Amino acid sequence: MTRWLMHSVLALLMLTLVTPVFAAANLEINTPAVSRLQASMQSRYQRLSRYFASGAVGLTHNGLVALRAASQVPLPQRQQVSALVSAENQDRRALYREIARANGHPEWEAEIQATFAQRWISKAPAGWWYQSPGGAWRRK
Amino acid sequence: MKNGWLPRLAALALCGLLASCVTINIYFPAAAAQKAADKIIDKVWRLKTPPHSPKPKAGAPAPQPQKGGAR
Repeated sequence: MTRWLMHSVLALLMLTLVTPVFAAANLEINTPAVSRLQASMQSRYQRLSRYFASGAVGLTHNGLVALRAASQVPLPQRQQVSALVSAENQDRRALYREIARANGHPEWEAEIQATFAQRWISKAPAGWWYQSPGGAWRRK
Repeated sequence: MKNGWLPRLAALALCGLLASCVTINIYFPAAAAQKAADKIIDKVWRLKTPPHSPKPKAGAPAPQPQKGGAR
């Protein structure tokens, strides 16, 4: 009887050690909201990519995008580009919020945003513009 | 009492359980977040073709696996 109880306690102890490791191995990103935002950003990227390449639009240090050199966009297209930029930022903010929420930790939103900020910049192709942590624009 | 240590051990296990729960709440899973970010960025920027690339080219007939063609 004593032995059985000891085994139960030991099993419980082992479970407490193992569970957090699995819980932290992956973040949930397969939710309908995340998929919808992802698809929306993917289709917008087809129109936005040439402005990234020309340097008119850059990646900010906080995981968003910004119209950094409006003069590089022909005047008739400027309004359309700034609409693309603000729609993209809306989606990005919603994405960071949704991932935090889907994982049961709304308070993680800022850290998720910071993680994305780093990854967008490090995955960006050469020639694109990004913001250093201090806010200065640099070219990759 | 012969088994006086048992409740103490049980209490200790409970403390461990609670502590591990608190740990999950406090620490942000940075590596998991980076993995998730990479997955999403690859899709949005189409940096990697998805494992099940769906669109066969129109016009070219899809190769049909031959049945009973083993010689």
